[in-house]
Amino acid sequence: MLHLALFIIFGGICVAGAINLLAQKHPIDSALSLVVVMGSLAGLYLLLGAEFLAAIQVIVYAGAIMVLFVFTIMLLNAGEEEHTHGSKIALLFGVPSMVVGSVLIAYLLLHSDPSTRSVNVGSLYGPARTIGQLLFTNYLLPFEITSVLILIAIMGAVVLARRESQ
Amino acid sequence: MIPLSCYLVLSAFLFACGVTGFLIKRNIITIFMSIELMLNAVNLSFVAFASYWGTLFPTRNVEFLKGQVFVFFVMVVAAAEAAVGLAIIIAVFRTRETLNPDRVNLLKL
Repeated sequence: MLHLALFIIFGGICVAGAINLLAQKHPIDSALSLVVVMGSLAGLYLLLGAEFLAAIQVIVYAGAIMVLFVFTIMLLNAGEEEHTHGSKIALLFGVPSMVVGSVLIAYLLLHSDPSTRSVNVGSLYGPARTIGQLLFTNYLLPFEITSVLILIAIMGAVVLARRESQ
Repeated sequence: MIPLSCYLVLSAFLFACGVTGFLIKRNIITIFMSIELMLNAVNLSFVAFASYWGTLFPTRNVEFLKGQVFVFFVMVVAAAEAAVGLAIIIAVFRTRETLNPDRVNLLKL
């Protein structure tokens, strides 16, 4: 019962944040509502027993990535978005198709066979220790490849954002 | 206990919001944030499925933790993508003085 109440609270905050992201005109407001979405997703991960992922979600997503976003918005002095003819057409067709699409997917998911089964809280417990052991044994190669990927991303970001020297 | 489909419906709704934001927004930073929202939606269904299979087979828990390991890798790639993408946005803004993707329509300056 408590599980259900927490799911409804966090899921409701999540949905409200996602809709607010679409509704806001200024990018900084969208960024802050995305922080809300990510924070409540961390709560949902905790409900599913993924405590390591919940911590990573708050630290990496809500912390690092969103700080990068807010920093860029302030650096570029981004104002309210300007509406063109094409954006009005996109708004006219995009929002109804989103509503139709999500209702359709929800209908299909709720009427499919495995939907009667449920997710028990704490049945799959993902502490940092077990995930770390998996990362350094079974998934060692992907883990090392991601380190190379991050190195390339660092160098790419530095090269791209560098001011051209005359 | 909560059915798996509740988590999947929430994940699908977040993904639909991300797609819609990608289509209707006219600010390149907000479009980028919509992509992050889509990645988060996919992460939620990964974790929900991992938990679901862990519920079905409680003795093989470690095997199903690979869903959470996948989410970890998605987060790493998303972080790298955010760094490079924002650097590209800064470079575009330096040369074009605009954040509207409709105005970035010429290869040559």
